[in-house]
Amino acid sequence: MAPVELPVEKWTGKIKEVKLGGNGRKSMVIGGETTLPFLKFEGVLPNKPVIAVEVQDAPPKDWPQALVSAYGDALKDPGEWAKKALSFGAEIIYLRLKSAHPEEGNTGAAEAKKAVAKVLEAVDVPVIVIGPEVPEKDNEVLVAASEVGKGQRLALGNCVEKNHRTIAATCIADGHVAIAKTPIEINLAKQLNILLCDVGLAADSIIMDPTTGSLGYGLEYTYSVMERLRIAGLMGDGMPSMPMLCDVGEESWRQKESRVTTGVPETWGDPAERAINWEIITAISLLNSGANIITLRHPKTIEFLKNSIAQLTQAG
Amino acid sequence: MALTGIEIYKFLPKTNCKKCNFPTCLAFAMKVAQKTVDVSVCPDLSPESKAALEAAGRPPIRLVTIGPDAKKVEVGNETVLFRHEKTFFHPPALMVRIKDNEPLESIEKTVAEVSSYSVERVGIDMAPNGFAIDNLSKDAGTFAKVAASVAGKSELPLVLMSTDPAAMEAALEKVGGNRPLIYGANAENWEKMAQLAAKYKCALAVIGKDGLDSLSELTEKITKAGVEDLVLAPNTANLSDSINTLTQLRRLAFKKAFKPLGYPVITFPGAASKSVEEEAILAAQQIGKYAGIIVLDHFTPALFYPLLTLRLNIYTDPQKHIQVTSAIYPIGSPKETSPVCVTTNFSLTYFSVAGELESSGFPAWLLVCDTEGLSVLTAWAAGKFDAERIAKAVKTLNLAEKISHQKIILPGKVAVLRGELEDELKGWDIMIGPPEAMDIGSYLKQMWKN
Repeated sequence: MAPVELPVEKWTGKIKEVKLGGNGRKSMVIGGETTLPFLKFEGVLPNKPVIAVEVQDAPPKDWPQALVSAYGDALKDPGEWAKKALSFGAEIIYLRLKSAHPEEGNTGAAEAKKAVAKVLEAVDVPVIVIGPEVPEKDNEVLVAASEVGKGQRLALGNCVEKNHRTIAATCIADGHVAIAKTPIEINLAKQLNILLCDVGLAADSIIMDPTTGSLGYGLEYTYSVMERLRIAGLMGDGMPSMPMLCDVGEESWRQKESRVTTGVPETWGDPAERAINWEIITAISLLNSGANIITLRHPKTIEFLKNSIAQLTQAG
Repeated sequence: MALTGIEIYKFLPKTNCKKCNFPTCLAFAMKVAQKTVDVSVCPDLSPESKAALEAAGRPPIRLVTIGPDAKKVEVGNETVLFRHEKTFFHPPALMVRIKDNEPLESIEKTVAEVSSYSVERVGIDMAPNGFAIDNLSKDAGTFAKVAASVAGKSELPLVLMSTDPAAMEAALEKVGGNRPLIYGANAENWEKMAQLAAKYKCALAVIGKDGLDSLSELTEKITKAGVEDLVLAPNTANLSDSINTLTQLRRLAFKKAFKPLGYPVITFPGAASKSVEEEAILAAQQIGKYAGIIVLDHFTPALFYPLLTLRLNIYTDPQKHIQVTSAIYPIGSPKETSPVCVTTNFSLTYFSVAGELESSGFPAWLLVCDTEGLSVLTAWAAGKFDAERIAKAVKTLNLAEKISHQKIILPGKVAVLRGELEDELKGWDIMIGPPEAMDIGSYLKQMWKN
């Protein structure tokens, strides 16, 4: 009998390659794939998805015990925290300047510079800096972060429609990448990329954050929007063909299933095991729908997902 | 694969005899393609054409049923590669592997645990779907005994795992009436296994780990022997083999109308995994990409609750958003002095707001209005989230009985409703919350004294 003819799609597009790091810092490229996630029989995946581990500029007040005990005293200092994250397997540090939030301390440019400098000093992997997600404050602290990391090709976010001009300008000036975040909607994602390119940011300096819904909390919306973005990109539309980042750590660890240890149905199972499963299942689902960077928090999750990515991307 | 009118036309007599009440054969063919009339209306259709049209009209992935009617699982008959194209129809069955060489006592304990397990989410009860009994003992008597014992303790569907036809027959004699899946046929035993499948009217799994060529050769032999209800067991041992092979199978069915591999797939994510987490990762991938039956080696609630949740998420119809029942939901353990937030009954909206309230540290009441499943701004624009509806919800749900104050917090995006709502709810203080759910925590910190 004739061999089965493999059903290969002829994609005309390609996901853009975005470089992070460099200039003394380790560098890496993400994106570049010519097929849907991990379909080796069909196309090439020149750069594997990477794991970013979250570091905050101040000890987190709302982290569950499972995470606090994993990081221990390192949580007191962003530099130490970054080193710990690296020892767990982080390929990128995702630094959240949480204390710049008006409710979390309202710190400003000076403190932001200090925190970013500490992390840049402590580790040599690429760094993503995320503001408190209040557009005015984001502008203040991200511009400060941008200056400190000038030339080291950080990624700065979140860049939303409201502040895209400021973030784009600082990325252009200091050679950084913007994290363009939109609320689980394909056209808005595309639109923000167009706006960023219109103000002069190069298309290879944008990473999309389509907004992450964790398992049980909107995962399916993120999953499908990402599949649609990826398909649109592969079909040749340049504007949604940027690599994607999913903030899995934050989203899965703030849900009740990952935090609450008592007073929930017995059918939810062991809290420690459940929390890890919540994070790994959210992560693998979003990798399969096209994530190029996933943020993670728990060391066990980092280890398992790193192995999974290796399995999915090994040659042959 | 649905045929086009032109493709159907080729099979018609092309006489334009009008006996079908259509002016021409082509007009008739077009109506058949739209499924407004059945092709059998044509009285002059040759038996060969009829057979060919029926074969072409078969679903690209066959629907296979396993288990007794009360708890049966149906898998296959999917129509799309991506859930956003339409929806996925038949959620994969999540089963638990039972080793027949373990003490009967511990087997019975597992069976009792699994069959009584059920967990609720957004008003939907989720549960495991059955057991795969593995003939590790290599003994026909033991296999049959364990199968009978499991079937006696649980109505859930069974997969019988043995490549020894004698052991399979011994088990089928006991439980063949429960429509188990026979796992399975391989290049050596397929004739005998196909006979058993025919005799007991059970579906047959076809095991082919050496690629799709040999797998499709085997299914062709088996279908020629008269067994049509097949399940494929290709090599899905690791994440890469699984996503590549299962994507190929689904595309072959849809894009190439390739019949020999148009069947649902069974997977065993625990088989080559070194830990329960690795098993969870592979199972999770297979829920999204594209398994029909997933047999797990471990059963713990902490594993099944997230996997069942994922299955619910992925198999939600993207065109019909899950709605939350209009009600007052307690988040944390709210008291009569706790804040009341108002939102819509679109499930994602509900989950965003509930999640933020949960992590805000403020116990609160969440008043969910019936907006027919629309999100805040969409519902407002469509007139489904206005002052009248909110006031009605406050009154019919008896909010005043739950709280000692008269304050409600509106989503910031519908701040414009405040004036009208003050008219509708005399004496109530209408507060304007933040436009985005993520800011609820900081809003409450500022605006609400515990």
